[in-house]
Amino acid sequence: MSERVSSLATGIVAKPPEREAALDSSTLAPSKSLLTEFLEWFGELAIFSWRVARAAVTPPYEFRELFRQLDEIGSKSLPLVALAGAAIGVVLSLESRQSLTRFGAKSLLPAALVFSIIHEIGPIITALVVSGRVGAGIGAELASMKVTEQIDAIEASAVNPYRLLAATRILACTLMLPLLTLAADLCGLLMGWVALASVEPLSFHQFINSGFSGSGFSDFLPPTLKTAVFGLIIGLISCFQGMRTRGGAAGVGRAATSSVVLSSLFVILADVVLVKLIIILFP
Amino acid sequence: MAAIEQIAMNPQADEASSAPVIAVRDVRKSFGSQSVLNGVSLAVSRGETLAVLGRSGTGKSVLLRLIIGFDTPDSGWVRIHGQNLVGMSLDKLGEVRLKMGFLFQHAALYDSLTVEQNVGFPLQHQRKTMSAAEQRDRVRKLLAEVGMDGHLDKMPADISGGMQKRVGLARALALEPDILLLDEPTAGLDPISSAEIDELILKLQSEHHMASIVVTHDLHSAKTIADRLILLNEGTVVIEGSFRQLQQSDDAFVMEFLKHS
Repeated sequence: MSERVSSLATGIVAKPPEREAALDSSTLAPSKSLLTEFLEWFGELAIFSWRVARAAVTPPYEFRELFRQLDEIGSKSLPLVALAGAAIGVVLSLESRQSLTRFGAKSLLPAALVFSIIHEIGPIITALVVSGRVGAGIGAELASMKVTEQIDAIEASAVNPYRLLAATRILACTLMLPLLTLAADLCGLLMGWVALASVEPLSFHQFINSGFSGSGFSDFLPPTLKTAVFGLIIGLISCFQGMRTRGGAAGVGRAATSSVVLSSLFVILADVVLVKLIIILFP
Repeated sequence: MAAIEQIAMNPQADEASSAPVIAVRDVRKSFGSQSVLNGVSLAVSRGETLAVLGRSGTGKSVLLRLIIGFDTPDSGWVRIHGQNLVGMSLDKLGEVRLKMGFLFQHAALYDSLTVEQNVGFPLQHQRKTMSAAEQRDRVRKLLAEVGMDGHLDKMPADISGGMQKRVGLARALALEPDILLLDEPTAGLDPISSAEIDELILKLQSEHHMASIVVTHDLHSAKTIADRLILLNEGTVVIEGSFRQLQQSDDAFVMEFLKHS
């Protein structure tokens, strides 16, 4: 099913022989089967989420593993996220300057930069970068543990793998995404100003004053906090795809790919819903 | 099989001291349309070693997975110390598993942990009242018992298959279980390493007096370490008894199996 969903996401649909036979005999049956598989995948995800949630709130708590994951997911993603944020800041600054100058609105450039980076570009770029780095890592690691029976070995030691492996990774992703987003925002704004200051005289103080004028608390907090939902999605999908893997090395590869594809897809879909919600709740 | 019959007639009977530690009654398991186990029953008492023999794909490992609760039977039951595992919650299963040690076919060592950390893993999570020094001492004692005390800091990838099995065995014994489940302990090993593992299992058995089930297709190994054997074919028990009884059987499948072993 995971392969099916990831295939849909990437547009690559591999048809196994039995599926081709079914397509020949009836056009209705395969679409039914696809729907069933799709619903099954969501059903399994719901059961997995429930098990993880229950394991996460009941003792014993795996603090040591949580701190290890906070470091693995947070600290080790920081350079990549900061670099991506900085690059986007420079590109956005250069592109926006040209467009706004054409429409005689060059004075709005700092505000446009601050608004676009903090509202949308910073959160989504961070989520996609983390989805690529961390999603693939979690998916491959847990899938590899699954196919080599290491997850069974954890269970055999009377340790709940949902608590030790999944809850800690999902919580670490949820906690670290907003902090990484702040870092991406900061680097983006800083490099956006550097790019701007390299072509016209503008102090950082002026840039910040102009950029943040007329903005309130509600302009910045909800877009940053929504990334916690992105982190939850990345952690949940990656752990789920990893822990349900079957089929040796090929299965590990599929789990890593589907973790990235599905978590990126669901992050983008969630962004649509969250942006609408933020606009309604914080007009 | 008498113990099994007794439990079937009186479910409380297995609480008696003479009752089997492991009791499996009429378990059936299918994966999709493929039927793997078709009504298998067995019982193992404390200090006894039962070998489960059979061709590849006859459900030996599935039986072991049902006994530790990784999978659930479609029908029938599995009792450990009288507690039925069927329908048990994951946390409750965890409590039962504290009394069980499991050696996986490929050892299943945690590849990101050293040999010492692998053996220490169950203690770290289940013996939180033990100090770090006590845990370290226990790990080193266990590794010495399996002859791996000179490889504490090595990673699983840096040691041989036989050594991995030894470390897996030490990890299985970490929580001092009274049940030991061994899935193909000698599979993939050369004859000398196989014999060493067999000797080690015998030594551990005599020292710890556990109820053990060894899944294997290695008849020589089964003959060496088991008190009793069962032979599976197409998900059912063909014969149960001592190695001598197996040899004396006139069942066509038993004779065929012995001929090719």
